[in-house]
Amino acid sequence: MKILVPLKRVADPDNANKIKVTAGKIETTGLEWKPNPFDEYAVETALRLTEDAATPKARKGEVVVVSFGPKEVDTTLRSALATGADKAIRIDTTDDAIDGDLLARALKALVEKEKPDLVLLGKQQVEGDSNQVGQLLAEYLGWPQATFAGSIVSEADKSLVVSREVDGGSLKVRVTLPAVVSVDLRIVNPKGVQSVFTKAGHNYPEGVRFAALMAIMAAKKKPLTEVKLADLVSDPTLKVKTGAAELPPSRKAGIKVKTVQELVAKLKTEAKVL
Amino acid sequence: MSNVLVIAELHEGKVRKSTHSAITFARQVTQGGGSFAILVLGASAKAAATEVTAYGASKVLACEDGSLANYVCERFAPTVAATAKAGGFDTVVVTASSFGKDLAPRVAAKLGAGYASDINQVKVDGAKRVYRRPVFAGNALSHCEIATAIHVVSVRQTEFAPAEPSGGDSPVEAVALAAADGAASRVEFLALELGKSERPDLGEAKMIVSGGRALKEQFSAVLDPLANLLGAAVGASRAACDAGYAPSELQVGQTGRVVAPLLYVAIGISGAIQHLAGMKSSKTIVAINKDPEAPIFQVADYGLVEDLFKAVPELVAELRN
Ligand SMILES: Cc1cc2nc3c(=O)[nH]c(=O)nc-3n(C[C@H](O)[C@H](O)[C@H](O)COP(=O)(O)OP(=O)(O)OC[C@H]3O[C@@H](n4cnc5c(N)ncnc54)[C@H](O)[C@@H]3O)c2cc1C
Ligand SMILES: Nc1ncnc2c1ncn2[C@@H]1O[C@H](COP(=O)(O)O)[C@@H](O)[C@H]1O
Repeated sequence: MKILVPLKRVADPDNANKIKVTAGKIETTGLEWKPNPFDEYAVETALRLTEDAATPKARKGEVVVVSFGPKEVDTTLRSALATGADKAIRIDTTDDAIDGDLLARALKALVEKEKPDLVLLGKQQVEGDSNQVGQLLAEYLGWPQATFAGSIVSEADKSLVVSREVDGGSLKVRVTLPAVVSVDLRIVNPKGVQSVFTKAGHNYPEGVRFAALMAIMAAKKKPLTEVKLADLVSDPTLKVKTGAAELPPSRKAGIKVKTVQELVAKLKTEAKVL
Repeated sequence: MSNVLVIAELHEGKVRKSTHSAITFARQVTQGGGSFAILVLGASAKAAATEVTAYGASKVLACEDGSLANYVCERFAPTVAATAKAGGFDTVVVTASSFGKDLAPRVAAKLGAGYASDINQVKVDGAKRVYRRPVFAGNALSHCEIATAIHVVSVRQTEFAPAEPSGGDSPVEAVALAAADGAASRVEFLALELGKSERPDLGEAKMIVSGGRALKEQFSAVLDPLANLLGAAVGASRAACDAGYAPSELQVGQTGRVVAPLLYVAIGISGAIQHLAGMKSSKTIVAINKDPEAPIFQVADYGLVEDLFKAVPELVAELRN
């Protein structure tokens, strides 16, 4: 199976409360770049789908990672190569020049060139929190979509049984490849992914894998190509124009109560919620 | 003059309450003129359509077909897009539930429309409409405009209060099912497994009692008596869900449910950014945590620094009095 994984770098999500807004522009200065967590999960999922967990070094398929962004994004792509991806593509652009729709149109063109069996991506990037690229891409390709995957079982490498995380529970579908699948948090649970190669019942460690030093060195030799956005899409018009940003109103500082009795009294008389 | 199409969400043949938030959006943008219709899709759409005839819609459109019994985007999106086109609608709106978030982008792509997801405000200024959305896990609000003739929008349930019936009797009209996407033959619906609970749905609850990793195996034993007493829904942090203390559908946060009840009681939850993203708009927040430095206290109206295994039973006893 050949899998294409779109991967975005984002400003450290655990410190997103430190962002500033100056003259309507969001500033993330001082925050480290991290791979979008959901995309990291997608890379891990792609690796699990293309290996026998007993012999992870012998990849049984191909994982291609792709990122849209400036030159510095290469670092993010290299780390994905170090964890096991085979090749990387960077589409040269900046965050301001793209929106979810343009990205999906460009990805469509890339899919037509690379011919993956599966596009596996995060359900959302945690800067814009927009949750749309996978669905848009699926429509543009005329492929089935399975969003918010919490578990995936691969069947003969031709179809996937995907358990989708939906409000109140899960919705299970079988999609026949080629397809677009976006992943949710629980996909990286020990039993989140079952490939056709790994023996059933295998438990992966919780979360994503880390690259060994040797692999990081080796990743420097893996192919990383640069493609111009204009080579993929002729019309760079954005359908959504992003305007000014602002900080949300902060909650007024609350108080500490000393006892349960005091808490209940406050809830009754002050907050009037009981 | 706006012409808005609201997409209703059905569950077991009934219109989900989340739909009422999309109706609120439609009322807001048609206030200065225009009208809205509601589209109901499902195996028993005609019966469900009668549930929303008293909300001021110009009409309720029902697409009833057995192939819509279970939600499959590739079967729903074509009819939504075709109805929007045929009716000359300039806006398609759905509530940002997992249904809405899955469906709306595919519809937008079919219509060549721009899509604004999970908006928490809309400002109408003549012909111009500015949408506001939370970004960076709610740590900033971003404004945007859609540049295409048709807009597709999903709205946050917490910020668009559910519409109440306004009287009137909208006519119900049948609409034809559009041919499913070619891709529909490559998606097979297998099962919908929903957590069973007698409690109110998280998205609709007036009170939520929410627990974190600290509760361990005693998650239910400690929280249930309190939730029962308050008639509250039960929520959880990701850590509590991942550890298996609570089922995953209870997760509140950036990637769980976004909630805004009158009262949110966070018990043994540290208050990570991703958790706050899902509950910061609650009216009153109570936090019980033994660590006085826990970030949850920065958003809590009332904080109690105490061991939860002592405080929660005490709270239950105090409320019983
Ligand atoms: C991409 C991504 C998305 C995420 N989405 C979400 C999301 O949607 N929702 C979410 O919740 N998290 C989410 N997270 C995880 C989040 O970052 C935190 O890890 C998680 O919220 C922590 O859960 P917790 O507060 O229960 O656990 P912990 O951080 O371990 O906190 C436990 C708290 O309990 C307190 N405590 C311990 N024992 C006691 C006691 N006996 N009495 C009283 N207090 C006690 C401790 O002081 C501590 O503050 C996400 C993370 C990522 C990377
Ligand atoms: N700049 C980017 N480069 C590569 N992939 C991206 C980029 N932006 C978004 N994506 C992919 O699209 C997914 C959904 O993003 P979004 O719809 O913008 O929330 C992300 O999880 C990524 O996999």
